[in-house]
Amino acid sequence: EEDHTLGNSLRWAIMQNSQVDFCGYSIPHPSEAKTNLRIQTTDRSNAVESMGKGLDDLRSVCQIIKGKFQQRLREDNYSRTG
Amino acid sequence: MALEDRNRVVVLKDRVENISGADYPMGFDSEDVPFHLENFRDGLDIKIIRVTPTDIEFDLIGVDASIANALRRILIAEIPTMAIEKVYMINNTGIMQDEVLAHRLGLIPILADPNEFQWKRSGDPPTDQNTIVFKLDVACKAIPNVPESETDPKKKYENSSIYSSHIVWEPKGDQEIRFANSPVRPIHDDILVTKLRPGQVINCELHCEKGVGKDHAKFSPVATASYRLLPDIQILEDITGEDAEFFRGCFPPGVVDVVEENGVRTARVVNPRKDTVSREVLRHKQFDGKVRLTRVRDHFIFNVESTGTIAPEMLVSQALDILIEKCDISKAALEKAVKGSEEDE
Repeated sequence: EEDHTLGNSLRWAIMQNSQVDFCGYSIPHPSEAKTNLRIQTTDRSNAVESMGKGLDDLRSVCQIIKGKFQQRLREDNYSRTG
Repeated sequence: MALEDRNRVVVLKDRVENISGADYPMGFDSEDVPFHLENFRDGLDIKIIRVTPTDIEFDLIGVDASIANALRRILIAEIPTMAIEKVYMINNTGIMQDEVLAHRLGLIPILADPNEFQWKRSGDPPTDQNTIVFKLDVACKAIPNVPESETDPKKKYENSSIYSSHIVWEPKGDQEIRFANSPVRPIHDDILVTKLRPGQVINCELHCEKGVGKDHAKFSPVATASYRLLPDIQILEDITGEDAEFFRGCFPPGVVDVVEENGVRTARVVNPRKDTVSREVLRHKQFDGKVRLTRVRDHFIFNVESTGTIAPEMLVSQALDILIEKCDISKAALEKAVKGSEEDE
């Protein structure tokens, strides 16, 4: 039940791993909520592990963004009109 | 400058260049750094520019386009809200067809915290935990003793125009207690739903359920959520004198200013944020080769306008939570699939 929302972000997260040779995703037909994800790694690492690591990295990235956002909200350094 | 230029999307007269850049680990030579969470954390910045009860404008700097886009998509389509889903028509003698009226009622934004409610799946019975009940019971009557010459229907008839204020919340079960401080109602009172004339009656019961924008746009909590990249106008050769004034006129007011430098009036870029990148400059031959319109690839200026159900700053936090949840669900599914295939072996 994935689409570009998770597909593209996950692809980026997996690509950041230097041990991944190739990663791409495609959506065979827009009417079906299915995504194909293809990962090819160097012989130093396992493709399934890379996907797991990509998911973990993406999760951490979101946590960092959320933390920063809430910190900025607390700092209260913005205008309230306009 | 080469390093900074990697970060720019170049806007030319007839096309856009350098769109995806090359942010792959193998993309460049040894100067590239492998992805580390710490580097990301250092590179990330968020600046909140403005928060009002309906909008939030903030800058997200240092993330990839795929994450910014994922956030935008979630804001529009995957944050749950409450909206009228079922309309039980008891009586409708008005001119508007049942289904058209029901469609319009569905689009009325409802002020109810979706976190207080559970999801209702198609077989479930409506309970006070998953449904809000409204009643719309109006009849149009002629007002007595109005002069014959009067033409304004609002003065001649009572309830000639039905507004969203006419729908009345009927608390069920413990809803009255749960929402004692913030009663459930449509966000705006003045949404015109339909019009009636004397003798016409509308009597229906409205059931409100939790849903997401992916399902139907009425559930979208944002009027709109969009982002743009920060423009970066590079002046390669100084533009002076009369040309400078003309140059300033090619951009929205406030972007470029003409200042005195060494006795010569030169154009300098003051506030690129205000620029709408209309490419007007590129239309004039006199500036060929002197100006380069670019955008900063990882600087996203988000503008989120909420319909009113959820505060805009909460919307962004929720969107990030939902993205995290999606990762978790996929991770669990991946582990299950791996285990499954290991057992097969």
